[in-house]
Amino acid sequence: MIARTMAIAAAEFRIQTRNRWLASATVLMLLFALALTFAGSAPTGSLGVDLLTVAVASMTTLAVYLAPFLALMIAFDAVAGEAERGTLGLTLTYPLSRGEMLLGKFAAHLAVLATAIGLGLGAAGLAAWAAGGAGAASALALARLIATALLLGATFLALGYAASALSGSGAGAAGLAVGLWLVLVVLYDLGLLGALVFDDGGAFTSHVFPWLLAANPADAFRLWNVAGSQDVALVSGMAGAGAALPGWAAPLSLFLWPVLALGLARAAFARVEP
Amino acid sequence: MTDRDTALAIAGLDKSYGRARVLDGIALDVAPGERVALLGHNGAGKSTLIKLVLGLVRPSGGSIRVAGHAPGSAPARAATAYLPEQVAFHRSLTGREQLTMFARLAGEHPRTVAPLLERVGLIDAADRRIGTYSKGMRQRLGLAQALLGRRRVALLDEPTSGLDPISRHDLYAVIDEMAANGTALLIASHALTELEARTDRIAIMAGGRLVADDSLGNLARAAALPTRIRLTAREGSAEAVQAELGGTRANGRAVELHCTTEQKMAQLARVAGLGDAVRDVEMIPPSLEDLYRHYCGEKTQ
Repeated sequence: MIARTMAIAAAEFRIQTRNRWLASATVLMLLFALALTFAGSAPTGSLGVDLLTVAVASMTTLAVYLAPFLALMIAFDAVAGEAERGTLGLTLTYPLSRGEMLLGKFAAHLAVLATAIGLGLGAAGLAAWAAGGAGAASALALARLIATALLLGATFLALGYAASALSGSGAGAAGLAVGLWLVLVVLYDLGLLGALVFDDGGAFTSHVFPWLLAANPADAFRLWNVAGSQDVALVSGMAGAGAALPGWAAPLSLFLWPVLALGLARAAFARVEP
Repeated sequence: MTDRDTALAIAGLDKSYGRARVLDGIALDVAPGERVALLGHNGAGKSTLIKLVLGLVRPSGGSIRVAGHAPGSAPARAATAYLPEQVAFHRSLTGREQLTMFARLAGEHPRTVAPLLERVGLIDAADRRIGTYSKGMRQRLGLAQALLGRRRVALLDEPTSGLDPISRHDLYAVIDEMAANGTALLIASHALTELEARTDRIAIMAGGRLVADDSLGNLARAAALPTRIRLTAREGSAEAVQAELGGTRANGRAVELHCTTEQKMAQLARVAGLGDAVRDVEMIPPSLEDLYRHYCGEKTQ
């Protein structure tokens, strides 16, 4: 099983490198992370924290949008594209299960994401340290940011496969991927915000809202990074929402999501008749 | 036949999509080393049958055994080679990389890849990206992956499409070699051509049913298609020839007769009896295409 999964992963990783997805995703992450690190360096003095802490807070906001976006862009073609080229039917006539095929692609795509996120956020962190100093706490916050951004990316890779399997064509899958991104990353928060205003500090705000926040992978990502570091919470101003939740809620959500999403993708893939 | 000597056994196979019946009671066996041509128009059900044998689609009824295993099971897939009609591999991989991936999926050592590329004449293009390949080269790469490992059953869907005559000749050689190694071959095609005529048996599908399944000679005998005799009469005597022999006037001087194989010699004797009223005789035996049409037409009549 490992050999077959690795065969798919090796071919897929080559394709991603030759598509220049690996290069463009890395450059994109790097540029945004560097820009945010230095544009956001103003509040260091007034808050009494080092530059890396501020940079991690800025990059958390960046990664919450960019990691899901990059993941979906890499993943949306995984099933629909192969079905359109006619290679899906041929590949599946080999002694390879659909789960193995999906895992092989997942491994390759995760490696691409890890390179882009690790290099992009890591380089920005290094630059922040060189320019404004960093401590053990802020270095830990950066490591946590990179690890959680990967979990978030893994979730959206798997959701991208599900979208790819559910829609018959590459174009349809791209549309569905954009829709997923909008709903989970942007509209979900707007909806919660609306509900908060409407509730005006009632039972919903104190009991339901924090759990709804943790249930969304993008918000769980924010919560974990914020709750993990006092300083980051101070800078990002998101301490309030996280305080009402037990500490395990956001990490549990972020670990469960990739597993659930892969299960969903596998189920959607099972319905595809190439 | 037992499971052991039937590489591919299909019995009472039905497939419906909603209320549309695509396959209706198909029964077909292919023995090891046997080459069977599967003919039929577009939509006759050939591709559906192949997908069912590959286990990509589930049957509505009946049974399929591939080397004694259920289609789609791991041993059945390991025993099956498939050449799809449209082979479009990923354009950014090289031929060697793509074939290495398939070799690893089939559990073969990557070492087996170079000889196969050599075998299909792609060794010089092995390290070029598939995006630069011609249709014929992609078809050859598809053929190379079908040759990986020792397969008991091979399903080739329109293998000659996009091939020039030389490549076609190479394809015959590869097919004969696979059969000699004991692989059971099912070759799907639109019509009866020179390749299908070189197979051991011909199965014809029409409207989701198997309307013929026999050797070319037996099919031709059973169809009893008429041989055409085309006479060119001397100037002015075409009418006299037609009055004597019957048949139809094709143009000013030609008369066409239809006769069965048994009547052929008797007819020729009568033609000879007309002396110099006939200038030329041409005999046209039923063509492969006539035969194919005959069996496909049977269903619609």
